[in-house]
Amino acid sequence: MTVESTAARKPRRSSTGGGKRASARKPAPQKSTEPELIQLLTPEGKRVEDAKNAVYDAYVADITAEELRGLYRDMVLTRRFDAEATALQRQGELGLWASLLGQEAAQIGSGRATRDDDYVFPTYREHGVAWCRGVDPTNLLGMFRGVNNGGWDPNSNNFHLYTIVIGSQTLHATGYAMGVAKDGADSAVIAYFGDGASSQGDVAESFTFSAVYNAPVVFFCQNNQWAISEPTEKQTRVPLYQRAQGFGFPGVRVDGNDVLACLAVTKWALERARNGEGPALIEAFTYRMGAHTTSDDPTKYRNDDERVAWEAKDPILRLRAYLESEGHADEGFFAELDDESEALGKRVREVVRAMPDPDLMAIFENIYADGHALVDEERAQFAAYQASFADAPAAGEVK
Amino acid sequence: MAVQKLPIAKAINESLRTALENDPKVLIMGEDVGKLGGVFRVTDGLQKDFGEERVIDTPLAESGIVGTAIGLALRGYRPVVEIQFDGFVFPAYDQIVTQLAKMHARALGKIKMPVVIRIPYGGGIGAVEHHSESPETLFAHVAGLKVVSPSNSADAYWMMQQAIQSDDPVIFFEPKRRYWDKGEVDKEAIPGPLHKATVAREGTDLTLAAYGPMVKVCLEAAAAAEEEGKSLEVVDLRSMSPVDFDSVQASVEKTRRLVVVHEAPVFLGTGAEIAARITERCFYHLEAPVLRVGGYHAPYPPARLEEEYLPGLDRVLDAVDRSLAY
Repeated sequence: MTVESTAARKPRRSSTGGGKRASARKPAPQKSTEPELIQLLTPEGKRVEDAKNAVYDAYVADITAEELRGLYRDMVLTRRFDAEATALQRQGELGLWASLLGQEAAQIGSGRATRDDDYVFPTYREHGVAWCRGVDPTNLLGMFRGVNNGGWDPNSNNFHLYTIVIGSQTLHATGYAMGVAKDGADSAVIAYFGDGASSQGDVAESFTFSAVYNAPVVFFCQNNQWAISEPTEKQTRVPLYQRAQGFGFPGVRVDGNDVLACLAVTKWALERARNGEGPALIEAFTYRMGAHTTSDDPTKYRNDDERVAWEAKDPILRLRAYLESEGHADEGFFAELDDESEALGKRVREVVRAMPDPDLMAIFENIYADGHALVDEERAQFAAYQASFADAPAAGEVK
Repeated sequence: MAVQKLPIAKAINESLRTALENDPKVLIMGEDVGKLGGVFRVTDGLQKDFGEERVIDTPLAESGIVGTAIGLALRGYRPVVEIQFDGFVFPAYDQIVTQLAKMHARALGKIKMPVVIRIPYGGGIGAVEHHSESPETLFAHVAGLKVVSPSNSADAYWMMQQAIQSDDPVIFFEPKRRYWDKGEVDKEAIPGPLHKATVAREGTDLTLAAYGPMVKVCLEAAAAAEEEGKSLEVVDLRSMSPVDFDSVQASVEKTRRLVVVHEAPVFLGTGAEIAARITERCFYHLEAPVLRVGGYHAPYPPARLEEEYLPGLDRVLDAVDRSLAY
């Protein structure tokens, strides 16, 4: 299917290429689109039995039917939440939304691999990971509605604020992990980023620092194939997971649409980190089915065939097929989950619409922990200016 | 033994030592800060006494240094990072401006960012390019950061203590060409607030406002002017964010004239802000427009030209004469 997606992109790439001479000089790219990846569940929902998976299989060997249903529930509810947020943006209730559609397995699998005392550093698309960490999903919407620039206490769920500047958070995660090691704690840190971020210097620097200090941090790259309109080929000439080797730690590519594999591989990497074996890079090979955000139009830069091919690998359908074939879930479970999804959508809708605009004075709040004379002065001026309207004559009133 | 005569570099070194002793969460980070003790030896001996876990030699990556310091602060540490030279801070500028400055506000005040970024800055040491710049305005312009610069050993010692104790990120500009100037440090004194300006020399005819390396030039100018019968007051601003406008105003209300002096380019510099604010506050007191003396709108020049570029005694006294001529 990835071969098809390459074929679909080919004509466009050559049409924008630099002509015959330039293309003749181009080095042949390695086949990063033909991945050798860890897969425990096939797209048809069959459990993969392969000796090469043994090390990862061990991490999900004793997974119960209830836990599998839990993973399914997480993915369905996250997708429902995401769909609701997309709809709310279209209705003008949110200024922007970054959809995770298609990436549920990568996020739920990795998120459920974390322990409560681990610490998570997300980008701005980790709604599924936030869900796993127990963050109320409506908290994620404040910044997209424009009522705050973050909006939650990162220490409540050990889930850091969304970071919009690409790749910055990988360094925060590394520094935090250095602190964990200094404290002698046995927890770990996980940093999320995308294929586009792999081009950023901060990501390379975080690889360097984490390797040099043997920091207990797991780098979880969701390669969703597109950085807005730029395909992964515009970011790298080698498969992303192979980057790790050059920095001195292991890199693994996992089927990012296989929740079981994502869970297993992330548990493996977190356990290594906790045991003092240092960082690891996981490349979850997946696909962003929607737009980068509600501001872009994927039809301008990619082909429908590609999406159709990836739909056949849908992470939710895959687990459902497995649950059904194994008799792990009955109709009652799915019906109940449908009801729960609708209730979640309704709650999200209501909470967003009821979100009040922030207090005017919020402009001046929390800029400094210890205060700042200029902020104090401008706050007082602003308050006086606002107060001047209260005494002003109402519109149409004759003085 | 409370009062010692120390060069500025040594005063900072002792201040860092005191902080490391007092608080196990304080860390020193940077390129070459360990065994070498920093290229200016400001961290000399600290790694030997506090170990590699507290005084951390880092990879050569400024964004990485600041970015990981942010993570360490999130974990409850108080990192003091060294940027080797002023012109090398820019690879870290993104982390400082987009992350460090805003983290407290984005978390609605739930997390704090007690990070100090030490930057040896300014010219006058005959260095190659990127080693002599004065980028303080670029940081003072960013809400969420505090920006300070000591001009003498006592301030160097105490302001560093206060910067480390602050729960806000502080950009600590060290006047590198004054590193070897000695001054008295009273380690048992009760220091004034970190962001309060001080009157370094009293006078009645005109106020010179400066900070960091230019305070010494202004004190020399005031001494020279005295011989000509002019009484100049020198205000050491000490802090560029926030600026203690009240102290400057009080001085100007007395002298009725103000000249602001800094090494950074005059255009949109700290002096521009002070000129505007003081004009607004002291319009009816001023006998002359506020004048500024500083760098040109040009890249910092090659070392053989820096004496022409940097404000010296003559340029300061020329501005004093122009002001007094009104």
